[in-house]
Amino acid sequence: MTASSGVDGTPVVVDGVTKRFGATTALDQVSFAVQPAELFGLVGPDGGGKTTLFRVLTTLMLPDAGRASVLGLDVVRDLWAIRARVGYMPGRFSLYGDLTVEENLKFFASVFGTNLEHGYALIAPIYRQIERFKDRRAAALSGGMKQKLALSCALVHRPQLLFLDEPTTGVDAVSRREFWDLLAELKAGGLTIVVSTPYMDEAARCDRVALIQEGRVLAIDAPSQIGARFPRAMFAVRARQRSRLLSTLRQYPSIASAYPFGEDVHVSDSRTDLAPDVIMRELQAYLAAAGLDDARIRQKAPGIEDAFIELMGRAPEVAA
Amino acid sequence: MRALRVLLRKEFLQIRRDPTILRLLFIMPVVQLMVLANAASFEVKESRVWVVDRDRTPTSAALVERLAGTGRFLVVGQGLRQEDGNAALLAGRANAIVSIPEGFARDLQRTHHAAVQLAFNAEDGAQAGVASSYATEVVARYSAELGAAVLPMNVAASARGTPTPGSPRIDVHRRNWFNPALEYRWYMVPGILVQLITIGGTFMTALNIVREKEAGTLDQLNVTPIGRTTFIAAKLIPFWIIGLVQLSVGLAVAAFAFRIPIEGSLALVYGAAALYLVAALAVGLWVSSISDTQQQAVFVTFSLLMVYILMSGLFTPIRSMPDWAQNVAQLNPLMHFISLMRGVMLKGASVVDVLPRLAALAGGAAVLMTLAVRRYRKGGA
Repeated sequence: MTASSGVDGTPVVVDGVTKRFGATTALDQVSFAVQPAELFGLVGPDGGGKTTLFRVLTTLMLPDAGRASVLGLDVVRDLWAIRARVGYMPGRFSLYGDLTVEENLKFFASVFGTNLEHGYALIAPIYRQIERFKDRRAAALSGGMKQKLALSCALVHRPQLLFLDEPTTGVDAVSRREFWDLLAELKAGGLTIVVSTPYMDEAARCDRVALIQEGRVLAIDAPSQIGARFPRAMFAVRARQRSRLLSTLRQYPSIASAYPFGEDVHVSDSRTDLAPDVIMRELQAYLAAAGLDDARIRQKAPGIEDAFIELMGRAPEVAA
Repeated sequence: MRALRVLLRKEFLQIRRDPTILRLLFIMPVVQLMVLANAASFEVKESRVWVVDRDRTPTSAALVERLAGTGRFLVVGQGLRQEDGNAALLAGRANAIVSIPEGFARDLQRTHHAAVQLAFNAEDGAQAGVASSYATEVVARYSAELGAAVLPMNVAASARGTPTPGSPRIDVHRRNWFNPALEYRWYMVPGILVQLITIGGTFMTALNIVREKEAGTLDQLNVTPIGRTTFIAAKLIPFWIIGLVQLSVGLAVAAFAFRIPIEGSLALVYGAAALYLVAALAVGLWVSSISDTQQQAVFVTFSLLMVYILMSGLFTPIRSMPDWAQNVAQLNPLMHFISLMRGVMLKGASVVDVLPRLAALAGGAAVLMTLAVRRYRKGGA
């Protein structure tokens, strides 16, 4: 990544940003750029450095090395200009629990020198869903409603760029889907959004994602392209005795990877020169010989999670 | 200015919503003032004495009667053996022994000199000191009546020294200025008022700001155009006003419940409080800048307040501290404010009288606030 300024209109440019906390390196030479009206995802496990990256981009923390610009403004030098132009929703619910829904919104609008009426059009699709609770204290809202209020507060001053740090953690599946529908709407309206998530299904809804682990960016690409980076044919195997299936597969001589994935076990073979149906037949025979004759094998396009696990260089040791 | 107004409106809204804050602010001062002002007193109501009267004459009996007659001493036992007295003292049944030696009446008549031994349990030094001075006074008055010198020998209160035989008889006259009835409450209440607004102001400021840190709302506010100075001002102004209201509640209680005359100007009291509160709030702000959780803030504030209340002259006079401690106490705004409040409320001191105190308060407020704001602004990006 060579771009170092955003004067060309690139909303976010991160160039070699490094941040250390004592002996741990939270961000290690991170570089990427986000395009206008892009929904950009930061994907990775907890403790990977996503929150630190948000804190650098929202001017809450200074990088130890490297540079970053937001809306063409330097995160160190132009912090006040950035603060007036972006919306930020931290990972934890960070509104005033003792104020009502409406008071919170009005407060955050007036802090930016605007008012609820001015920002209403932008937040309307979200705010309408919680408007009937406008006199309720924010602390008394459910998780999904808190999250909608937080998004409304982050949007009420009509920011040019939105930072969302794990906005759906601790939120039920239906609210999560609704929330991502809202993000798609905002993006369609031209807003640039940077969002982090530990969920792979959510990552799939981004235009592009950066896979981050231990402070390093492993890959940046469209979610479908990231799946295609998986270097081998992928098979999903299912059998009644799942734990025996997993241990049997791991003893298969040419096994490359085998890990539980939902109700299946995802398997790949290290012999990339063989045709997939050859491998499939061999596997079937191997499993039948081991007494697992009910095993069903089908070929599957590798997903972003498979690619991520491959890139991380280790399969998660999950007890089946 | 507009941003400050927006923040202030939010702060007051939250303060109004918080039922504990109002209770803390108004009910606690009243209760504490009532309890502390009555409990925190140096007055010694009744000392339990054991009498060892080996003289057994009308003269010695009359001395014992005099002591009991003051109402300050309660004779809990009497005997001939000193050991019994010592045992009673050790067991805590008595806190003083009055020993009248054999030949007390005879010596008085012949030589106009006689000795009485007063032994006090000085574990509680202040109490022993006060009780021994009462007893000394009784003995002195009695000897004056007899036209003789009865020499009380204070055993525990060694600082008083043992009078040498032949010294003039002790004749203690006391007159208490500004507090004629020696009402300890008069002396304590202004100090307790000050201590209360200190605790209220410092704790509430520290906890309130740290709570915003804990809740993450501080981060949320930091990603807005609100500057730190505006934020600090919006936090401190409400607590500054609340401190003055708290003082008013306390003054009303002092005046109406304790009938403490307020001799000096109320404007002076409020002016000094306004200055002092800046210093107290600065300490709260400083604590908040070094604490990440409310628990830490409570711990730090409590430790700080302990030191600065103990070194304020509220419970123990500054003059009785070692030199280094007296010098340190000079840097304590609480000390200056307590002394000023006592002066203005009890003595009717004028602005001119307390000018040095006011200057010290203003200086302390300016220095502490500057340090706290600088520390606060440096913490975090």
